[in-house]
Amino acid sequence: MTDFRMPSLGADMDEGTLVEWLKHPGDLLRRGDIIAVVETQKGAIEIEVFHDGVLEQTHAALGATLPVGSLLATIRMPGEVPAEQVSAVPEPILQPAAAVPPQPLPSQAKVSIDVLGQFRITPVARIIAARSGIDPGHILPGSDGIIGLREIAQLPQQPPKHRIGIDLDEMRKAIAAAMARSKREIPHYYVGSALDVTVMSDWLSSENAKRPVPERILSAVPIIKACALALRKVPEFNGHFTDGRFLPGQTIKMGIGIALRGGGLIAPAIDMMEMLPLDDIMRRLTDLVARVRGGRLRSSELSEATVTISNLGDDSADMVLPIIYPPQVAIIGVGQIAVRPWVVDGRLEPRKIATFTLAGDHRVNDGRLALRFLKAVEQYLKKPEAL
Amino acid sequence: MSAAGDTRVHLDREHALKLLRQMKLIRRFEERSAELYGEQKIRGFLHLYIGEEANAVGVMQALTPEDAIVATYREHGHALARGLPATEVMAEMYGKASGSSRGRGGSMHIFDAGQRFYGGNAIVGGGLPLAVGLALADQMQQRNRVTCCFFGEGAAAEGEFHESLNLASLWKLPVLFVCENNRYAMGTALERSESETDFCRHATSYRIPAEAVDGMDVVAVESAARRAVQAIRNGGGPQFLENRTYRFRAHSMFDAELYREKAEVEMWKERCPIRRFHSWLIAAGVVHEVDVAALDRDIEGEVEAAVAFAEAAPWEPEADLLTDVMTPAATRGVA
Amino acid sequence: MSRRITYREAIREALQEALRRDPRVFLMGEDVGRYGGAYGCSKGLLTEFGEARIRDTPLSEAGFTGAGIGAALGGMRPIVEIMTVNFSLLALDQIVNTAATLRHMSGGQFSVPVVIRMATGAGRQLAAQHSHSFENWYAHVPGIKVVAPATVADARGMLWTALEDPDPVIIFEHATLYNDEGEIEDSGPLAQPLEGAAIRRAGSDVSLITYGGSLKKVLAAADELAREGIACEVIDLRSLRPLDDKTIAASVARTHRAVIVDEGWRSGSLAAEISARIMETAFFDLDWPVERVCSAEVPIPYPRHLEIAATPQVPNIIAAVKRALRR
Repeated sequence: MTDFRMPSLGADMDEGTLVEWLKHPGDLLRRGDIIAVVETQKGAIEIEVFHDGVLEQTHAALGATLPVGSLLATIRMPGEVPAEQVSAVPEPILQPAAAVPPQPLPSQAKVSIDVLGQFRITPVARIIAARSGIDPGHILPGSDGIIGLREIAQLPQQPPKHRIGIDLDEMRKAIAAAMARSKREIPHYYVGSALDVTVMSDWLSSENAKRPVPERILSAVPIIKACALALRKVPEFNGHFTDGRFLPGQTIKMGIGIALRGGGLIAPAIDMMEMLPLDDIMRRLTDLVARVRGGRLRSSELSEATVTISNLGDDSADMVLPIIYPPQVAIIGVGQIAVRPWVVDGRLEPRKIATFTLAGDHRVNDGRLALRFLKAVEQYLKKPEAL
Repeated sequence: MSAAGDTRVHLDREHALKLLRQMKLIRRFEERSAELYGEQKIRGFLHLYIGEEANAVGVMQALTPEDAIVATYREHGHALARGLPATEVMAEMYGKASGSSRGRGGSMHIFDAGQRFYGGNAIVGGGLPLAVGLALADQMQQRNRVTCCFFGEGAAAEGEFHESLNLASLWKLPVLFVCENNRYAMGTALERSESETDFCRHATSYRIPAEAVDGMDVVAVESAARRAVQAIRNGGGPQFLENRTYRFRAHSMFDAELYREKAEVEMWKERCPIRRFHSWLIAAGVVHEVDVAALDRDIEGEVEAAVAFAEAAPWEPEADLLTDVMTPAATRGVA
Repeated sequence: MSRRITYREAIREALQEALRRDPRVFLMGEDVGRYGGAYGCSKGLLTEFGEARIRDTPLSEAGFTGAGIGAALGGMRPIVEIMTVNFSLLALDQIVNTAATLRHMSGGQFSVPVVIRMATGAGRQLAAQHSHSFENWYAHVPGIKVVAPATVADARGMLWTALEDPDPVIIFEHATLYNDEGEIEDSGPLAQPLEGAAIRRAGSDVSLITYGGSLKKVLAAADELAREGIACEVIDLRSLRPLDDKTIAASVARTHRAVIVDEGWRSGSLAAEISARIMETAFFDLDWPVERVCSAEVPIPYPRHLEIAATPQVPNIIAAVKRALRR
């Protein structure tokens, strides 16, 4: 239990008159909830509660004028049992030995909960809470009485230290620095092939026809997966060039170029791309785009990708010649899928064609490997059902 | 009709019909089982005894209800010859709760405490030490009972065979070892698995009296079993029979029989124990064709009744899965 | 080029390759020759390699397994096939007291490069003497390596690596896998490492840790959970001794939740060992106690419905994942 007292709302406030209870005994309280309205010398002020819990009992009548510090209510903390049951429970732990003078406890509520072990917190939640400076006693457990990652995630947002979202000016500066460094340091070469993606495109259409709209897959998804699988076969393009050495990536952590509405570009990465089923990739892409636009990326997604793919094809560019994002050693550009006249077995046929480009870092790899990569992409796209 | 203690076979009409009936019941029961296996009513492994019926039927005549039987995973014949109801054996093959082992064992694990039928062992050679122990218990409690242990010749390659024969002989235990030599350990021919193919010599090397018997002749088997059992009851210690026989069907249902010639199977089929005994009984005038026809009708009815019983029998509820892993506290100390 | 073959064919090809590559390699076991192997894995090999190298043995598990160990000691590279893990108990003495100990107790003078293959597991209604999973018994013993290929590629690729290993290797083949088809990449190297777990599916919500015959059930559960928006990471242990602690710990550190699926009985199981190691290496990353899906503590019963009830199934795995996610 914790006491809720008449707050001091300013150095010149001595007392207040209770005019309204907005919460009633039994109500669930979330930190930040308005619990009551108090009339002061400066007018009616809403007073907020600083703990999650349940309003156990009110101790002040409406209309009463009470000095600052007077008991207004008691709040039952998460995991505590209601007052009427408490008396039945022996309290062996906190009962101080008679000879020892009671020590003031730093925060009675927190300690009692922790020592009695009446809420349970998972190891990882305890550590995250400690790191973020959140008192676990201030977190409302789930209906199962447990505080886990879910409860941590549901905590009200801390007042933002920085503006939420992506600062476009800052971003433009970052892009400028990275791209200028890239063009200064990396001897780029470009190898491109127009690939016949008819099989993949037709397969995807028939696959999508079987699915409800929200589960449909964009053509970028099989393209990304095919590129990831091809990179597994030609690992020289996946990794970092640092301190004059190429360090191959352990997994394929693929950055995806996503354009921002207000201009600018960001390339958050999805790790182990080569192992994800298409549905997962689609789900993650959708999620990424939404979060990029909301400025809510996870740090792991912004930490360094091992390769990047830029798919301007959505904007109907035929060919993309992208710039490598250092310290990566390659970037893949994919143009739009368009129907073109194409020679198949000596006959002219309309086929769906997309131009794939690979920009490579000539210090690390060369054009023949790029060609092998493009061939592999083509092979994978011919068997889309296996992706 | 011969009394259990008599070493001679009295082949009167009644006893002849009994032997014929038991062999024919086993044959029909198993043919029907093979059919039911095809219909997926019986699952798992199904090892048929067809061709070997004279062995179980002949040996059982020498045993009393007090004696114990230990058999193998090819034990439908032994169970039926011992007198387990065809209904319960069939229900067991179905896996139904009314089966001999509540359906938990299936074809390979038929048990019946009331008949002193100790399974149903599917680890080759695993039954031999068990039989030695059962006999040891009888000896230590001064009970004049016999434990009859059936096993295939393949088991003679296992260490347990040699260890068990040695122990039984060393301690003079009342065990009748019946080696059903059907010439193939699954797919491995006798000559390819045994350096000594005369199993009686294995037994005599442990000082156990042994006799080789024509396992395709039910009267010969009964006669040899009576002599052996009498010797045991007279305190002669363990006895050993090698029944030379043959299985007409594959080792189990899923077996392409790449390891033996069709001609060999056909040759043995000429010696079918049922056909031979039948012809002999007719020729000798002990029974008549009308008797056999009546027998066949009767057996058909019994097998179909067993199938109907198994079909109608309930499944053990899933909630009972964990019962009888250990002895319930309430019955502790009783057994 | 890649092609689809069955697990059985993969083993047969691996046997054939080994027999062709190394004259010291020979196969022995019950019915491996004329019968073609209890599970058909060695069908046709007798014709190609003859009786000296495809040796039918009597039903003498202790004898022929011990002989395999001796032949390995004498410079051969034997592959001993034991029909099922239940029968291998007759050879346990030779494996545990001889094969596993010789190198250490001789002060490093002798190694035993024997490979012992055996079928394991339930799922075919073979009841209580043909259906068990004793992989953990072997994984308990220092001095041997224990692997459980769960995919066709591993079945094809682990045998040769096992033969090249100077120490005894036990290969467990789950009997429900023999008919399963999978992809073999012929262009690359076929050999697969003996050690190290494989992440068969990446996911961020929960780590599903399994091996052998349970892998396909776990992948099916992961598929079903994906439709509910739960992303499972599936770890195929591949090697049961040694265990790949690093992969397990790294995965659990990412997902914060672990569900171990093991067809062995729960008490004293491999699942218990893995759970203990997660406690040792990833306790502070956990958001839920380690969940285990194991076989019920009964001898495996014959009827289909009871066999299903006794062994891990997709719905049990899904339920365990949901418990771990508090859904």
